[in-house]
Amino acid sequence: MSESAPLLSVRDLNAWYGESHALHGVNLEVHRGETVTLLGRNGVGKTTTLRAIIGIIRKRSGQMTFDGRDLMAVPLHRTAYLGIGYVPEERGIFSTLSVEENLLLPPVVSADGMSLEEIFDLFPNLKERRNSQGTKLSGGEQQMLAMARILRTGVKLLLLDEPTEGLAPVIIQRIGEVLSELKNRGITVLLVEQNFRFARRIADRFYLMEHGQVTSSFPVSELESRMEALHEALGV
Amino acid sequence: MTMMIFGIPVQALMGQLLVGLINGSFYAMLSLGLAIIFGMLRIINFAHGAQYMLGAFVGYLLLTHFGIGYWPALILAPLIVGLSGMVIEKLAISRLYNLDHLYGLLFTFGLALVIEGTFRYFYGVSGKAYTPPEMLTGGVNLGFMFLPIYRGWVVIASLIICIGTWLLIEKTKLGSYLRAATENPTLVQAFGVNVPLLLTLTYGIGAGLAGVAGIMAAPVYQVSPLMGAELIIVVFAVVVVGGMGSILGAITTGYMLGIAEGLTKVFYPEASNIVIFVIMALVLLVRPAGLFGKDA
Repeated sequence: MSESAPLLSVRDLNAWYGESHALHGVNLEVHRGETVTLLGRNGVGKTTTLRAIIGIIRKRSGQMTFDGRDLMAVPLHRTAYLGIGYVPEERGIFSTLSVEENLLLPPVVSADGMSLEEIFDLFPNLKERRNSQGTKLSGGEQQMLAMARILRTGVKLLLLDEPTEGLAPVIIQRIGEVLSELKNRGITVLLVEQNFRFARRIADRFYLMEHGQVTSSFPVSELESRMEALHEALGV
Repeated sequence: MTMMIFGIPVQALMGQLLVGLINGSFYAMLSLGLAIIFGMLRIINFAHGAQYMLGAFVGYLLLTHFGIGYWPALILAPLIVGLSGMVIEKLAISRLYNLDHLYGLLFTFGLALVIEGTFRYFYGVSGKAYTPPEMLTGGVNLGFMFLPIYRGWVVIASLIICIGTWLLIEKTKLGSYLRAATENPTLVQAFGVNVPLLLTLTYGIGAGLAGVAGIMAAPVYQVSPLMGAELIIVVFAVVVVGGMGSILGAITTGYMLGIAEGLTKVFYPEASNIVIFVIMALVLLVRPAGLFGKDA
């Protein structure tokens, strides 16, 4: 994987919420086609890392490149056009928009995106409920909608924040299938996830975060041997 | 032989109902603009009355200085007021979003004083007449009342403008961006939508609505620098009754309160100036978020 330049490269990323210093020099790389998972306890800076990459957090320093371009200089509303899509932890489904309007909201940024037919094949529930109010969907359906609307845009990298949080096992399984399907399509994913039993099925590599830094990096093959240390670090 | 309803001649009743509907048309257009601006920008636009006055004055000046009549002015006035609003948003209001709401309120209030003061300096406080185009003058006898054509036109045009604006927000792609950005501007921006531009556009649309109300009001009321300052207080009451930020609430409440005011003139004229504020107080007691507002 490492013979070519990484799709996303993050070097010495620091970020602040007001006066509070949240990230202390995060380093990570994501290569084309990879699914990489950020593990870590609540509050170690996983979500902050995603938000700093996409540019929602502007108070940040370090070097970030995406597809060879400097990310630090890109305004928030241009990041998507470079090819980065964001699915937030709270899903961000709009209550004043119908399911279909939610789905069609993000502008299409490249021709590689899924067509509406493909989206509805992958998420048949959304087709049935296309005229419902966005927030009338169940939690699982809202997660599907949040992912579907980014897949339509044709981004190269998907930043996915805790997609399984608070969902029933059968829905989590369905989300796992969708992520495998994305992997087959060659979409690169940076996933934040507490549930590493879920993540091990789809992730190629893991980063462990502690106290606003990445403290270790390992491929999925090493997950088994690190289980004990991970339980310790994650407190699960 | 006159027909009577509750001891009131039908002619008088219908006449006041029409006056109420006319006033309601302006309340609706103005509170709609205020609601759109507040919903998106979280700014209470105290300059709204001044922008309404600007719309009327642009029409008046176009006519007296350039011989440009009512129909072109109906397009040009809101365009000029809307564009000037966008410039003000870009230069000043956009710098206030991260501050306390009070600063937006103070800025727009100060802006209104400056605009109105400037026009007062140059044009005095006396009203200037604006003659509507010939095809809208005169009236028709409906049998139970005499309807001046211009007033009928105002009611119909305001309905078209209000429904058109509502459709723009509820049924178009641009409208879905506006609604989504009202809920979560950061996420919409992360999706690749230029939200700062959307805010500028929204302020322009709101100011433009005030401008179109102004040019339509020019032949009904007189064109004067203080015409907006008098009206805007009532319009704020309308917005509070309807519920801050509710588009449909602003429109319906505008017409309803206009009619309530008109009917009060028939049955208890002494109360007609305060009836809207009495209704506002009652609504605030029972539903603090307004008739159409969501409880926050």
